[in-house]
Amino acid sequence: MSQHTDPGGSQASPATARTVSEHIVEIVSDSGQGAQKCGQSFSAISAKMGNGVWTVEIIPAEIKPPARSRAGASGIRIRIGDRDITNMGDEADLVVALNEQVLYGRLEQGAYRKGTILLLESKWATDPDPIVRKAYADAVAQFRDMGMDVRELAMEAACLGITPNPQLGLNMFVLGMLCEIYQRDIELAREQIRFTFRKKAVKVVEMNLRLLDAGQSFAQQHLTERYVVPRWGNDKPLLVMNGNEAMGLGVMCAGMEMISMYPITPATSASHYLAEVFHQVGGCVHQAEDEIAAIGFAIGSSYAGKTACTITSGPGLALKTEFIGLAVMAEIPLVIGLVQRGGPSTGLPTKVEQGDLLATLYGAPGDAPKIVIAPATIEETCHFMVTARKLAEAFRGPVFVLTDTNLATGVQPFPRPNVQVEWLAPPVDQSPWKDGVMPYDWDPETGLSPRPIPGQAGGEYILTGLAHTNRSFVAYDPASNQYACEMRSRKLAALQRTLRPPTVYGDESGELLLVGWGSTLGSINEAVDRARALGKKVSALHIRFLSPLEPGIKAIFERYEQVVTVEINYSDSINAPLLPGEPRRYAQLATVLRAHTLMDVDCFSNVYGQPLRPGQVYDEILRRLSPQEA
Amino acid sequence: MFGLKTDWSLDIPSRYFILDDYLGNEARWCPGCGDHAVLTAVQRICRDEQLPPEQTVVVSGIGCSSRFPHYMATYGFHSLHGRALPVACGVKSRRPDLKVFVATGDGDCCSIGAGHWLHAIRYNMDMVVMMFDNNIYGLTKKQTSPTSKPGLATNTHPRGSWLPALNPTAATLGFTNVSFMAQTVDWMPAHLHAVLQAAYRHRGLSFVRIAQRCPQYTSKVFEEYVNNPDKVLVLEHQNGIKLDPSLDRFYKTRMTHDPADIVQATAIAHREDVLPIGLFFWDPSRPCYDDFTQLGMDMTPEDKIRALNEEMDRFAV
Repeated sequence: MSQHTDPGGSQASPATARTVSEHIVEIVSDSGQGAQKCGQSFSAISAKMGNGVWTVEIIPAEIKPPARSRAGASGIRIRIGDRDITNMGDEADLVVALNEQVLYGRLEQGAYRKGTILLLESKWATDPDPIVRKAYADAVAQFRDMGMDVRELAMEAACLGITPNPQLGLNMFVLGMLCEIYQRDIELAREQIRFTFRKKAVKVVEMNLRLLDAGQSFAQQHLTERYVVPRWGNDKPLLVMNGNEAMGLGVMCAGMEMISMYPITPATSASHYLAEVFHQVGGCVHQAEDEIAAIGFAIGSSYAGKTACTITSGPGLALKTEFIGLAVMAEIPLVIGLVQRGGPSTGLPTKVEQGDLLATLYGAPGDAPKIVIAPATIEETCHFMVTARKLAEAFRGPVFVLTDTNLATGVQPFPRPNVQVEWLAPPVDQSPWKDGVMPYDWDPETGLSPRPIPGQAGGEYILTGLAHTNRSFVAYDPASNQYACEMRSRKLAALQRTLRPPTVYGDESGELLLVGWGSTLGSINEAVDRARALGKKVSALHIRFLSPLEPGIKAIFERYEQVVTVEINYSDSINAPLLPGEPRRYAQLATVLRAHTLMDVDCFSNVYGQPLRPGQVYDEILRRLSPQEA
Repeated sequence: MFGLKTDWSLDIPSRYFILDDYLGNEARWCPGCGDHAVLTAVQRICRDEQLPPEQTVVVSGIGCSSRFPHYMATYGFHSLHGRALPVACGVKSRRPDLKVFVATGDGDCCSIGAGHWLHAIRYNMDMVVMMFDNNIYGLTKKQTSPTSKPGLATNTHPRGSWLPALNPTAATLGFTNVSFMAQTVDWMPAHLHAVLQAAYRHRGLSFVRIAQRCPQYTSKVFEEYVNNPDKVLVLEHQNGIKLDPSLDRFYKTRMTHDPADIVQATAIAHREDVLPIGLFFWDPSRPCYDDFTQLGMDMTPEDKIRALNEEMDRFAV
C-alpha cells in the first residue's frame, strides 16, 4: 500500500479511476504559500462540475508565523461529494503538505487517519541543515508508523523551470495535480486561473497556466490514484461563498444601507466584504471608534428610519450590552450579526464555539426580551439577514443573527437568491403622524405598536431608556413599569404564534432525539443518517428560532426516550469530580430547553474550538444507544 | 414678515413656528440651574431659524443636562451615559435633512464618553454639541467630575479632589479636524444665544462648552466670574461672535482673536486668570464625514437589485 514514488523516476503505472461518493482533501503549508487559493480554485471547479462541496480554511492565529512551525499551519480542507455536502466531515482522505512540520498541528486535531494519502514535499530530505533533515526523516517515519500512506514528491523542483520562485508558484502546480487525481476538467481550471489572476499581468497568468499543466503531468507520471466523484445533479444556478460573505450579501438583499462595526475576529471579514461592494448598492460601512460607538451609531441610524446592522463577536457583544438593552427598552429596530468564537474573555479568537447563546438571550440587566435566530447553513445566513430586518421593524427591537466561525469561514455552494423588491427596506415613512396615536401605542394583545420616525410631523416624542409610559413619558410608578415590561415581552409571544413547529429529521418518535442549533446541522444529520442505516432509532431536531423558541418543542421531545442537545460550548461532564449531582452545568441550549420544557434534556458538548464532526456525533449516538458497539 | 407689501400673501410660509411649538414637558431642573437658560436659548434659535419640530432631533446622554430633550417638543433621544455622540452621528449618517442638537455634560462627554468626544470632533458631522460644564456630577449627587477644580470637596473626594481639572476647551482644540469651538456661560443670555446661533449656522460639528452653574452643588465655582465681569475675557473678531451692545457696559475685558488662529486659540484656552468666552476656532472648510456616509442614498430599488445581481455574478458557478 505505501508506495514510494521516485522523484526523478519513471512513469507511474497506468491509472484506473475509482468512483467514490465523497473525498476530503487538505492542502497545508506555511502561511503565505497560497494553499487557500489553490483549495478555493479546486472547490469552485468541483462545484462547477456538479459536486456538493464544503470548504474550510485552516488559519493560523498569527499573520506571519515562522516557517515550518507546528502551530503555523495554513491551509484549506475541501470535501467534495455526490450529494449536498453540509460540513467538513471527519478525517481527510488525501493531504498535500509543503512541509512536514505543519502536519503536526493537524494531527493533534485528528484531521488524518490510517490510510490517509499524504503527498509530501521531499526537498527537506536533502536540506543543508542537518536539523531539518532529521526532523523531516523523523516525521516521515512517524507518519508511516501511524499508517498514513506517505508519498515523498519533489514538487518544488518540478516547478523550478517554470517559475523563479517555486515557493509561491507551487499552489497552482498542486491544483494541476489535484485536477489529474480527481479527473477535473482542465479547461475549467484554466478559466479559474484566468479569473483568479485577472488583475495581474498577462505573463503571471501564463506562468500559472504552465504550472497547472506541469502539475497535471507530474501527477500523471508519479501517481496512480484517480478518483471520480459523480455529479450531484443539482442544476440550479449556484453561488459559492463563505458564511461571512453570505451575511454581507444578506445585508444587501435586506436593503439595509448602514453597517456600523469595529474590527473583531472572526466577524470582520463580513465587513471587509461589504466595504468592498456595499457602495454599489448605495450602502455605507461605518468603522466606529469602538464596539460601543459601533452599535450606538447603528441605533442612531435605525432611530432615524434607516434600520442598520452591526456585526461583531463575543467580546464586542459584551461591550454592546448596554446599548442592546436600550434598543429593547426603547423599541428600536436593529440587526446584530454575531459571529461566535471561543470564550470567555478574549478566548479563542479564530476558533469556533456556540458560547454566546445565553449571553444574547439574557446578557442584559433587567428583563430584555429580544429576537434571536440562528441560521444553520450558509444559504440561511444570507436569508436570515433579510428576515432579521423585517422582524426588527415589525417587532420594533433588536434581532440577533447568531453564526459562528465554522459557518463564517466555511464555503458551500447554495442556490442563487432571487432578490425581490419586497426584500429591500421600504422608503422611510415621512407622512404626517396620525393624530392621537401615541409613540408606544401598544396593542394590549400583541405588544406591537407603530413607530414614529423623525420627519413625521405630529409624531414628535422623546425616546428614553428610562421606564416610560405609552406616551414615552418617564414614569417610575409601579403600574407603568409592570405594564411596559409586559408589552415588550408580549411581542415575543406574538411572534411565536406565527412560527411553525420545527421539523424532525428522521422518525417522529424513537429512542434518541438529538437537538442542535446553528452550524452543526450538517454534521448532526449526517451522523443520524449513518446510525439510522444501522437501524438505530435516532432522529434530529434543529432549532432556528431561539427566542422566541419555536412552538411544539415539548410535544416533540415527549415522543423520544432520550433527548440530548449537541452543541459546541461548555458543559460539565457527568463523570467530573463532585458530580453527578445538583451542581452539574449543562450546555447552553440544554439549559434553555430544560427550563422551557421542564424535561430532563441532556447534552453532548465540548469546547475544543473545532467544528463538530459527524463522527463525533455518531460515536455519541452509539454510546447512548448501544454502548457495547461504541 | 407681516409687512405692508401688497403681495404679502406670497411671503407667508405654509407653517410659521412660534416658541410654543418647541416647548416640551415642564423643565424639572432645580430653580436657579443654568440649564434653564440654555433651554430657552435653544428654543429661541429653533424659532428664529424656523426649524420644523419634526425635523429637529435633540440627542443626549445621561445626567442633569441630558434631560434636555424631554423639555423640547421636537424629536428627542435620551440615550446612555456617555453615548450621545455616536447616536447623534448615526442619526445624521443617512438623514442629512435632520437638524441635530446634542446635550451632554462634563461627566458624560469628558469622562465616560471621552473616547466618542474626540472621534465625533474628527467625524465633524453637521450638528451642535452643547457641553454643559458644571464641574460636578449632579444627577448622582455630587461626585467629582473630570473638570472639578482641585480641592473641590465632593462625595467621592470629601477631602477635596486631587487631580488638575481637565480643560475641555484646550482638549477639543487639539483634536484633529475640529471645525468650530466656542465657549460661553449660562449667565449671559445674549452671549449664549449668539454663540449657539453661530454654532447652528456652522456646517460641521460645532462644539460649545457652556460654563453652567449648579445651584445645588457648585454654586460657587463660577462665582468670581459672575461677580466680577472684568474676569470674563470676551473674544471679539469680525468672524467671531457678534456681541449684543447691551453687554458693552459690563464686559470690558476684551481681546481681538481671529478664530482662524488655532495657536492663539489654544493659548487662550489655557489661561487661568480669566474665563474666556466667544469663538475660539472656526474653519468651515474642514471635511464632514456626513458627505461620505450619505453617498448612494439616491439609488432606487431597481438600481439596487441590478447591482446586487451583478455582484452575485462574481460568485456564480
